[in-house]
Amino acid sequence: MKKGIKGRLITIAVFLFIAIMFLLPSTPIYSILPDWWGKVFPDKGVSLGLDLRGGMHLVLEVEVEKAVDNSIERSATSLETALKEKELDNFTVTREGRLIHLTFPADQTETVRTILDEDFVNLVTQEEGGGKKVLTLRESEKNRILTTSTLQALETIRNRVDEFGVAEPLIQKQGENQILIQLPGIDDPDRAMELIGKTAILEFKLLDETHAILNEFPGRIEPGMETELINNFKDRIGEGNEILFQRTNNEETGENYKIPFLVKKGTVMAGDLLTDARVSIGEFNDPYVSITFNGEGARLFEKVTGENVNRRLAIVLDDNVYSAPNINEKISGGRAQISGSFTHQEASDLAIILRAGSLPAPVKVLQNVTVGPSLGSDSIRKGWMAGFISASMVVGFMIMYYRLSGLLAVMAMTINVILLVGALATLNATLTLPGIAGIILSIGMAVDANVLILERIREELRAGRPVRLAIDAGYEKAFTSIFDSNVTTLITAIALFMFGTGPVRGFAVTLGLGITINLFTALVATKVVYDYLNGRKRLETLSV
Amino acid sequence: MLTFIKKTDINFIGKRKQFFMLSTVLVALGITALILISSGSGNLGIDFAGGAAIQLKFDQPIQINAARKALEAGGLKNAALQEISTENKLIIRLKKQEIDKTNLRSKVSDIFSTSFSGNTFVVESSTEIGPTIGEKLQRDALNAILFSLILIITYIAFRFEFRFGIAAAIATFHDVLVVLGIFYVLNVEITLLVVTALLTIAGYSLNDTVVVFDRIRENLKKRKKETFDEVINRSINDNLSRTLITSLTTFLAVIALFLFGGEVIHDFALAVIIGIVVGTYSSWFIASSLLVSWQKRTESQGKRVLKRAS
Repeated sequence: MKKGIKGRLITIAVFLFIAIMFLLPSTPIYSILPDWWGKVFPDKGVSLGLDLRGGMHLVLEVEVEKAVDNSIERSATSLETALKEKELDNFTVTREGRLIHLTFPADQTETVRTILDEDFVNLVTQEEGGGKKVLTLRESEKNRILTTSTLQALETIRNRVDEFGVAEPLIQKQGENQILIQLPGIDDPDRAMELIGKTAILEFKLLDETHAILNEFPGRIEPGMETELINNFKDRIGEGNEILFQRTNNEETGENYKIPFLVKKGTVMAGDLLTDARVSIGEFNDPYVSITFNGEGARLFEKVTGENVNRRLAIVLDDNVYSAPNINEKISGGRAQISGSFTHQEASDLAIILRAGSLPAPVKVLQNVTVGPSLGSDSIRKGWMAGFISASMVVGFMIMYYRLSGLLAVMAMTINVILLVGALATLNATLTLPGIAGIILSIGMAVDANVLILERIREELRAGRPVRLAIDAGYEKAFTSIFDSNVTTLITAIALFMFGTGPVRGFAVTLGLGITINLFTALVATKVVYDYLNGRKRLETLSV
Repeated sequence: MLTFIKKTDINFIGKRKQFFMLSTVLVALGITALILISSGSGNLGIDFAGGAAIQLKFDQPIQINAARKALEAGGLKNAALQEISTENKLIIRLKKQEIDKTNLRSKVSDIFSTSFSGNTFVVESSTEIGPTIGEKLQRDALNAILFSLILIITYIAFRFEFRFGIAAAIATFHDVLVVLGIFYVLNVEITLLVVTALLTIAGYSLNDTVVVFDRIRENLKKRKKETFDEVINRSINDNLSRTLITSLTTFLAVIALFLFGGEVIHDFALAVIIGIVVGTYSSWFIASSLLVSWQKRTESQGKRVLKRAS
């Protein structure tokens, strides 16, 4: 017997054993195994990609520059509030791009400076003099916002997804300001998109109820006509006002329309001061969201409502008016309600969004791929069917053409596939449809190495060499071909892996592993059988 | 012993000029396709061009013209529709659309549920891709191609000779371009998966070429008395049955994928099938013939140098 046969056989057996152990959790057999099995042996198999199990793949871009704008807007609002609280008169705060223009009586310069130094360290003075100041965001503050808002958005989205309840979600930062979200098995992608993509900036704004233009305002408009209405009136609504809309749908008639409101621009109170948001049911079985403010919010809300009794306060989320109730009296206790015409589900999603907090900036959808579960299982079924058919055809051909040696090649191919899928399971790789294609392709290529060897052996036999020498020479001469050709294909796989994304990467991993394992089985597994045959005393014919 | 091919002696090199002509035409087609595709007039898939693809599965057969009319009435004018009639499936592609604000998925499903209320359907899949991702994917694909090309030339030049590397690279480019050209003529959409298939073809074709080159290297050492042409011809002939059988087994594997793998993988399989044929052709008629032409040029230059010296 030739040296090392035992050692090689053991190596192959060990590899096969490991591969099968890692494969088991992915097979139906796993469910009938005892509990302790999962504790001793691997309990995680190949996981299926979104294209096979169904789900949603989203890439969002956080518009970080807008986060800077928002921060300036917020600073301007709270500066106004702070000055009001100090009972300063005759001041104005106006925002112009990223600058805040502040005017105040010249004799109060000192008070203003104290306020700015104590509570507004994020702002820096650009120009000043004679009761005027131009402020902007400090550079360090701006950079902090630019770098942290993506992470902040990531956190918020993670909270929303957690509350929504998705099994095994993947949420991660990608590149500078992108967020990758994968939600397997989601069945209502539109709802998920609503939930994730909403900026959810909640604001309370006062209505302008006295403006003369209100007589010309239509009571309601068709959806889609908003821009036209704004263009018609924008020159005459006054500096401090804006037009916002409320979406309304009549459940009985199924009619959709929008109600325009003339709203004062300044935010009297922002919604980030809340501690809780819950769905409640009103007296007509209509769901609404009740929100609870924190201490500071409750105090502010009491003050705002107290100052504006008998006026209407619009509750605005992402520039959409949800409702605009009349303030009947001062509201203390820190509770408010958001009603509007929504379904129970919409109300509960809104509550989730409010609890999870708002995104620091709006997000833009860069990529949204959704695969329904039916298509996924369809693809798996078709993939395995194609795999089975191609394997049978290749097996049939190899045995017909090379007979016993063909059977050896088929055995090598089988080992190859088991090791390949086992390796995928060991790496806990994600199997995608292109990945299945990769496996099938490697079935075709797996026999290539054996074909090279067998053709060489045939050539040597034709040249009249004895069987033993023919086998050795065949192997030796085929080796460089197999090695070089596999290395070049491996290079392609590496390039695909480095520059590919998602499914393409899956394909590259399968192809790369397939080639490496291919090399192993051709040069070790098949060889050991021939070495064994060679080692026998009599070997005069070879079925090839 | 079952053999398709007995010992052969086909002159692959002799007819190389004719095959160069044929390949030039095919490659020119491929380059035209490449230029047209990169300038935006080719059938670039939404992965690269941006836009949306929505796949619906209906209970009953659906008229493609009625579907188109309904979409147009709903304001989606430039939809490209593809029908998989055996399974009542309809794929709607909307290219170069703004994807963010208009949720195309729900728009399309609204249109169909009102226009075809008797025919219930499910949205099997939807893909919406913005232009930034599309550009990134294009860049990545190009990088992958360039990166693998440089590495492969280096590797082959290191293992063989520089001219082998160049010849292999040209043959590989040839294969990818020819398949691209054929896809352009067939109006197959160039998606990310098709690009993956093109790279797979590159790998496959190189594999083939390298096996032949390996034989050439071996025979060049062994058959010192024969001319370069003869050695190359001999090497291709030696490898003929191996190349055929490998092509055949890979072909068998992929044809099953093409026929039974479903619509997602269909174009990928088609590309690989065409690629196998083209790759086999190029390693016989192009890659090795290039080596001969190279040799002839250096020889004639050598002669000229000799003449001048005398």
